[in-house]
Amino acid sequence: MDRLQNKRSGKVLPMLYAILCYHDEDFVGSWSKDQDEAVMKKLAVVQDKLTQQGRLGPVARLLPTTAAATLRKEDPPLVLDGPYAETKEQLLGFYIVDCKNLDEALDVARDLGSANPGGAYEVRPVGVFRPGGISA
Amino acid sequence: MREADTAWIETALTSARPQAVGALLRYFRDLDTAEEAFQNACLRALKTWPQNGPPRDPAAWLIMVGRNVAIDEVRRTRKQQPLPEDDQAISDLDDAEGALAERLDGSHYRDDILRLMFICCHPQLPATQQIALALRIVSGLTVKQIARAFLVSDAAMEQRITRAKAKVAEAGTPFETPGAIERSGRLAGVAAMIYLIFNEGYSASGDTAEIRKPLCEEAIRLARLLLRLFQSEPEIMGLTALILLQHARSDARFAKDGSLILLDDQDRSLWNRTMIAEGLALIDKAMRHRRSGPYQIQAAIAALHARASTPEETDWTQIDLLYGALEVVQPSPVVTLNRAVAVSKVRGPQAALDLIEPLAPKLANYFHFYGVRGAFLMQLGRNDEARIAFDRAIALANTSAEAAHIRMHIDRLIRDSQPKGGGARQGAKVD
Repeated sequence: MDRLQNKRSGKVLPMLYAILCYHDEDFVGSWSKDQDEAVMKKLAVVQDKLTQQGRLGPVARLLPTTAAATLRKEDPPLVLDGPYAETKEQLLGFYIVDCKNLDEALDVARDLGSANPGGAYEVRPVGVFRPGGISA
Repeated sequence: MREADTAWIETALTSARPQAVGALLRYFRDLDTAEEAFQNACLRALKTWPQNGPPRDPAAWLIMVGRNVAIDEVRRTRKQQPLPEDDQAISDLDDAEGALAERLDGSHYRDDILRLMFICCHPQLPATQQIALALRIVSGLTVKQIARAFLVSDAAMEQRITRAKAKVAEAGTPFETPGAIERSGRLAGVAAMIYLIFNEGYSASGDTAEIRKPLCEEAIRLARLLLRLFQSEPEIMGLTALILLQHARSDARFAKDGSLILLDDQDRSLWNRTMIAEGLALIDKAMRHRRSGPYQIQAAIAALHARASTPEETDWTQIDLLYGALEVVQPSPVVTLNRAVAVSKVRGPQAALDLIEPLAPKLANYFHFYGVRGAFLMQLGRNDEARIAFDRAIALANTSAEAAHIRMHIDRLIRDSQPKGGGARQGAKVD
């Protein structure tokens, strides 16, 4: 199946995919500065191509999981140190929110949680963020 | 096999090392045997990983191979002595990896790594030996690399590490699973050791900073590792934040000629924003626990500097309060001396001078005391007394870098005391 097309205008509707990055944090954290830069440079080539085609949305590199906190959406919500580590729930979406500190980010998560209880939010600071832009 | 691929294997071996050596130490109960087993497993990895690709869990692979190679060794020397059944079951390397990954008890892993780090901070080992030993057995740096970072000969470093190992062996390694109080004691010891490693790199002078930078980076790696294992320890968050916030400034700390650039004069655009963001996030997390401690307080002070985009924006009032809190939990004349700098910014040099005068007997041989004292005197216009203090500081300096540091203060104060633009400045308060 190819992407959807609006019948009236003939315009192609964008079909967006999120690509989520998983790797061994110990291993990536042991990269030397040169190794890290070499990887980023190779990734930039791929990203630049997508940018030129107007197909690249936001790109984020997250800070280490040690900087994360997790809000369990119980009543009342429970804040735990560290990343979300359970396997019985699945990643269903994410937000990028501008907050002045962790408490503010947790407040946002609590608001979201009261609108949609159950499950958890991992709150993790973003190290590198490029907003990108999709022109399709 | 390309050279670049070997570099990646070495990174994988480095990152797996603390867990693998920690587990092998628990298994063999002897540091040399554990290290040798790991070494042999690494050699095996360098041979087989390029062909078979890296295993899914490198640490589990290395532990298993390390154990088997060492057991084979014993079998060879003891002539066909039968092995316990448990070990025969995993002696087939090809299909055992999946089974072993489950067999490795996740709860051991934390204490294995903590134990490995903890034996390095035996109280009878002087600081330099603790650092050298940790870099050798936890981080896996070669003697040559460590010698280079310490600016000593390979032979001298070899000897230092051998002595440290002998003392550790003599002291005996605690293998029982630690209780809560014991575990927190070990954590505190390990945290102090990691901070020592960091400072060993951070206190380098301009001409050696680049060579010693790996010490700072290694300390950050170990702190993150420790925090990943003990996620709810606010002081470990504080330690990690503290060294990240300090290291974030490293690109701005030295001039091209190698001379130190003071905080107020640093080009803040060179500070590493990502490291600062990580440090601030960790402090936020730590504060939620409401269990303050020296690392958290020092990190909070570093954070206030990091948050100021110009020196004038620095929140000295808050820094003064934080040093006050640090004086309570970790009383030391050096802390009071540091606090005095904040006091001089908030309440002027006379208040700061009053604060440090009682420290004179305790800090009579501390060069920085006279440097700070001279600075306050100079701000008060007592230039002759200031000169005497500065001269004393230079005479007490242990290294040429320290002496240069004081001279820089003198230059700065001379520059600052000259009137700027339209008219003389108020002498009571400096920016």
